[in-house]
Amino acid sequence: MTNIFIGVLGVIMIAAALIAIYQKSLLSAIVAAGVISLLASIIYILLAAPDVAMTEAAIGSGLTTIVFLYALNKIRKIKADK
Amino acid sequence: MVKKLFSLIILALLVIMLLPLMTDFAPFAELSRVAEKYVQKGPAEVGGQNLVTSVIVTYRGLDTLGEIAVLFIATAGIGFLLGKSSGKHKRSEASQLVNTGTAFLLPIILLFGVFIFLHGHLTPGGGFQGGVVIASGILLFVLANADSQISSNLLHWIEDLSGAFYVIIGLLGLILAGGFLDNSILPLGQFGKLISAGAIPLIYTLIGLKVGAELVGILNNMQRSQ
Amino acid sequence: MLLTIILGIILIVLGLWGMLSQKNIIKIIIGFSIMDTGIHLLILSIGYIKDRTAPIMNQAVQSAGQVIDPVPSALVLTAIVIGLAITALMLTYAVKLYEIKGSLEISDFKELKW
Repeated sequence: MTNIFIGVLGVIMIAAALIAIYQKSLLSAIVAAGVISLLASIIYILLAAPDVAMTEAAIGSGLTTIVFLYALNKIRKIKADK
Repeated sequence: MVKKLFSLIILALLVIMLLPLMTDFAPFAELSRVAEKYVQKGPAEVGGQNLVTSVIVTYRGLDTLGEIAVLFIATAGIGFLLGKSSGKHKRSEASQLVNTGTAFLLPIILLFGVFIFLHGHLTPGGGFQGGVVIASGILLFVLANADSQISSNLLHWIEDLSGAFYVIIGLLGLILAGGFLDNSILPLGQFGKLISAGAIPLIYTLIGLKVGAELVGILNNMQRSQ
Repeated sequence: MLLTIILGIILIVLGLWGMLSQKNIIKIIIGFSIMDTGIHLLILSIGYIKDRTAPIMNQAVQSAGQVIDPVPSALVLTAIVIGLAITALMLTYAVKLYEIKGSLEISDFKELKW
């Protein structure tokens, strides 16, 4: 049962990784990278590491995505100024 | 084309390197000797229920100090690179949904962050997670109040003082107890209670404040440069 | 768990492939963060022991035979926090490079090429 669950999560994660690499739109790529971290935190729970799962859910999918979006927004503003 | 070939060769080498992990995989049935020692002696020696916390704060406390130093250097680098804000761009007002939600949620998020790092030695969580939760709460505040400024002086003071106290507690351990960052400078107390495990709640609170201040500093710098 | 080790290796390889094949600097940083996640997954899977629970010694856990190895968890926990700081630093450099050059294509930066 756990194996099937991890298998499904893994397929979604690999698909999200391919989207993150090949998607032309940077915004979609950033969100896909956030999805990978969020699903990874579920797998950490199944691997009996709740401490790491909390950290990954808060940092990997939350703050990292925000930092990426700030950088993207800044780049767009520089482009608009030129 | 040649470049792509080189990339593929590098990837193939990496796969060959990692393949033994997969093919020769024998699941551990027993703990390794180091982990065995931590698990057997940890509760009595350190007094914390959560062994991950015991490893991070006490057994490998020096590594954590180094890690926080790396975090500080990265924050300083970001602040240095982004420099002073230009202040040209006017930010648009946040929607009413964000404003009302922030007024309601911010105290709860901050309380939850404090709860996480105070209970680091009992339940999953600790200074790093609590610091991140506090940083995300303050991020919500910054998003809702477009023209508010977080005083960077205050952030620097919190960061400096918590870092200094962390090192002082470590040095006290060297004088009063067995070694650097030894948590038995305070009485271990009753196993499983909130005030127990010696200096661990104190150290983790300081780590939480420092990590929170550093992450808020990163976000604040990036937001101000917009 | 074998399945998560395979998943970790796939994520590491995909992340490195993204870093090597993409030209956009932001895409390279995204590849780095995918690789980061893969490495964390790999380290945690190696420390996992089947049918055991998290290393928290409360009333439910009495003997050492019921918990997993706490050391990989501690290592990965600190690595995640460092990963965020490093990603933010890399993105700051990317923004600065764009400010100077007006481009994010890695092939436009030729100053150090020989």
